[in-house]
Amino acid sequence: MSRARADEEEYWHSSKFRAFTFDDEDDELSQLKESKRAVNSLRDIVDDDDDDLEKVSWSGEPVGRRNRLPSLPSLSDAFSDTGVKNYAPELRRPRAEYKDYSNDWSPRDTVRRMQRGKVCSLERFRSLQDKMVLLDEAVAGHDGNVITAVLIFLKRTLRREVLFRELEVRQVALCHLIHFLKETGEQKLLLDLLRFLDRTEEVALSQYREHLNIQDVEKKREFLKGCIGLPFSAEDISHIQDHYTLLERQIIIETNDRHLAMAGQSEIFRKYPRKASILNMPLVTTLFYSCFYHYTEAEGTFSSPTNLKKTFKIPDKQYVLTALAARAKLRAWEDVDALLTTKNWLGYTKKKAPIGFHRVVEILQRNNAPVQVLQEYVRLVEDVETRLNLATKYKCHDVVIDTYRDLKDRIQLMAYKCKVERGSAEEEKINSLLSNMQIRWKN
Amino acid sequence: MAAHLSSGRVNLTALREAGRRELREFLDKCAGSKAIVWDEYLTGPFGLIAQYSLLKEHEVEKMFTLKPGRLPQADVRNIIFFVRPRLELMDIITDNVRREDRGRSPQRDFHILFVPRRSLLCEQWLKEQGVLGSFIHREQYSLDLIPFDGDLLSMESESTFKECYLESDQTSLYHAAKGLMTLQALYGTIPQIFGKGECARHVANMMIRMKREFPGSQNSIFPVFDTLLLLDRNVDLLTPLATQLTYEGLIDEIYGIQNTYVKLPPEKFAPKKQGEGGKDLPTEPKKLQLNSAEELYAEIRDKNFNAVGSVLSKKAKIISAAFEERHHAKTVGEIKQFVSQLPHMQAARSSLANHTSIAELIKDITTSEDFFDNLTVEQEFMSGIDTDKVNNYIEDCIAQKHSLIKILRLVCLQSVCNNGLKQKVLDHYKREILQTYGYEHILTLNNLEKAGLLKLQTGGRNNYPTIRKTLRLWMDDVNEQNPNDISYVYSGYAPLSVRLAQLLARPGWRSIEEVLKMLPGPHFEERQQLPTGLQKKRQHGENRVTLVFFLGGVTYAEIAALRFLSQMEDGGTEYVIATTKLINGTTWIKSLMEKLEPAPF
Repeated sequence: MSRARADEEEYWHSSKFRAFTFDDEDDELSQLKESKRAVNSLRDIVDDDDDDLEKVSWSGEPVGRRNRLPSLPSLSDAFSDTGVKNYAPELRRPRAEYKDYSNDWSPRDTVRRMQRGKVCSLERFRSLQDKMVLLDEAVAGHDGNVITAVLIFLKRTLRREVLFRELEVRQVALCHLIHFLKETGEQKLLLDLLRFLDRTEEVALSQYREHLNIQDVEKKREFLKGCIGLPFSAEDISHIQDHYTLLERQIIIETNDRHLAMAGQSEIFRKYPRKASILNMPLVTTLFYSCFYHYTEAEGTFSSPTNLKKTFKIPDKQYVLTALAARAKLRAWEDVDALLTTKNWLGYTKKKAPIGFHRVVEILQRNNAPVQVLQEYVRLVEDVETRLNLATKYKCHDVVIDTYRDLKDRIQLMAYKCKVERGSAEEEKINSLLSNMQIRWKN
Repeated sequence: MAAHLSSGRVNLTALREAGRRELREFLDKCAGSKAIVWDEYLTGPFGLIAQYSLLKEHEVEKMFTLKPGRLPQADVRNIIFFVRPRLELMDIITDNVRREDRGRSPQRDFHILFVPRRSLLCEQWLKEQGVLGSFIHREQYSLDLIPFDGDLLSMESESTFKECYLESDQTSLYHAAKGLMTLQALYGTIPQIFGKGECARHVANMMIRMKREFPGSQNSIFPVFDTLLLLDRNVDLLTPLATQLTYEGLIDEIYGIQNTYVKLPPEKFAPKKQGEGGKDLPTEPKKLQLNSAEELYAEIRDKNFNAVGSVLSKKAKIISAAFEERHHAKTVGEIKQFVSQLPHMQAARSSLANHTSIAELIKDITTSEDFFDNLTVEQEFMSGIDTDKVNNYIEDCIAQKHSLIKILRLVCLQSVCNNGLKQKVLDHYKREILQTYGYEHILTLNNLEKAGLLKLQTGGRNNYPTIRKTLRLWMDDVNEQNPNDISYVYSGYAPLSVRLAQLLARPGWRSIEEVLKMLPGPHFEERQQLPTGLQKKRQHGENRVTLVFFLGGVTYAEIAALRFLSQMEDGGTEYVIATTKLINGTTWIKSLMEKLEPAPF
């Protein structure tokens, strides 16, 4: 009993005049609209071309007019009913409309009519209970169009907290409202709703999404900084943090490099002018850029590759791959060599490639590395078959010859002779191998 | 023009005719000359219903593409916007209307035709912009199910899967139900409804409710369909992720088929005339329509690509033999007969030339190393090999910055075939993807997780092997040339969705209850009562007709598999296929990706 009264009270405080609440952003706007409607309603019905739409709207009616004007079906219905083809503007509201007028559609009938594309007046549904019956009917009809229409009506005529509370137990309607708010870009209300529902991760992602709409990088950086404190899932938070750090870093590098490039004193920027800014690029692209323009910098500088590697915990494999691509593009073969050389504690050096030497070869080849460079790495490909394939493909004759020798494959070696130039050192080498009595050929 | 629609077991011309009628009626409401302003997305689907000639007969004199700014000058009485109910399009329309010169005479009347439904939200939007009153007619054109071929219907609603599974918006299911009601009005009540999945359940409920609420829907048409099978796409997330290996499927994977049309690189289609060598190579893409109206295409579209070459060469021999006949034609009668066959022969020859060129284009790709590597990994996953660890090939592809969609397809495939990935594996992939393609893609990854395409393995149990074995999803001895099982469409993998349809027809779902329970959503059966006079007495040997409706999209390979079942000699069932959208893995994943602002270059 007392519960019912509380509800009723709440309704009267929440549902009648939106203009009396203070927390709405577009209060002024809605007041203006209301007064415009009031003025419009004084005019002759037939003259006012635009006004019929308001009369039939489902968006909350001005009180004074509720009983004066009938709710009208849409024009198109009337046309299809009467088959009239064209009207001069002042005749656009055919008489047939009045026949169709009814003030007491049940919630179910209202929903059904709306489903058939007819426009219905919703302002009759005044009590919270009526409104919820209407909403439930709309949901039961599964027509999102109608559900959304009812939700717009509810959004306008119910206090936010009441609406949220009611939707919490109506999941389908809730999803529609969330979708609708996303679509229409009502971010603030959306976030309030998600917060109310305790869907914190969604709040975080939804807020984070906003950064896509920010063009100015400084503002974007500030915005991302603000995102770090949001309730992301444990897995996501480190990525968001990285995103912020990366943009921060890119801004520093960009300012610096633009300056360098303009001054024209740095050889690398003169020789290879930048094609685009580094802002908003992915991490790996940034690393590539840094390996290209800032390879030799000490770890202490923000733009040095090693600093990036450390800050973002870039795995070895990824690092080598990117650095290799950048240095090969510059044809800096000594850098490539150094990158793949490791020293053990005795001071011996050894070639090592966490990505596999076949990948090294591919990358070098794509950058038109000379055969001398290429064959050094082809030789290191472990799998014999792959090694032979690569060596043959890229004409690393020495490697092919040595491999066949190691395989003691006389027939293949003989066959290969026709692929090398006549009178070349390679041909000579093959000949001398074939005539070498010490080798015990397998065939 | 639409002969291919009547070639199947169900004559779909009637559906097309109904669509044309509705369009004519609307056009006639706007008296006088008219110009149509098109939402570009709609021109494709509309093209399947009506040609320009129909529009012209109803005084459509000009056609424009919807874009912001002032509408082109055209002395017409009416301007009609044909649009999908989307807010961004409403903004463009608003701009158009506002810039219209009010002083011009004669004035032009504005109308809107919403396809497939009027949207109260859009009208509200237009009203807030203060332009709603400018429109005289605001109507809807319920283009729910569009006939694509004699056995194929699509709603071409690209966002259905996303709406249903990410946003819980069931509006398009409502349209699907409406489409099914229209279909029943034309082809009779479907006595039996089966379904699997949440969306399927919703659609069936809505159909039953609509039937109850609109008593007019009781009709006296003898039912053409015996059974309706409603399938949720999320019951089978695996199939669209795999690369389709039928001819049509590959054309779609590589070039994308849109509303039965495909655009191909022009080089292979250059006219081979001597003397003009290389003078003017065509630069416009070659556009071809692909449907069963073309005899040769109907024969090869559903074959495994490896079986297409031999058919083409056989056809080539037949055609050149036919042309040789002219040397043997001696008498006037013989020559006359030869000449009368000439048009048909020439059409056959040009069709053969086109498909030989297409097959060459595809072959260039299918024989590439990367295609092979990709396929190998897919097949390993589908047959259950190494699905629980980080895959080298995927890592390599990320390192080489292959397209993000390709990566996502593979990672999702692995996840689905492993009933979710282990935390470590999932984290690794996510990290690599975000570092290489940009952190903002965290939004897309999140969408994929929500849709169930990418997930964490919970409970530590992988039930995919059980599903695979029970439904025989992986067949080792696949025959691509003369298939004996649907698994030929993916060279080994039998699409789960189609297996469900096959098992429903024989021996019935009762035999696979356990597996059905492992797949998401309820499975159910409903019956719709028919008046006694309409109950079917089946002739001996007559096949049943089943309409399979894929909610959330269907691939060409799945369609091929169903056609294969229709043609099986002792199959006993013929299939007609309906869907919300024709998809492939790429378009599907794309529809789930977060729209990102273009990089600020």
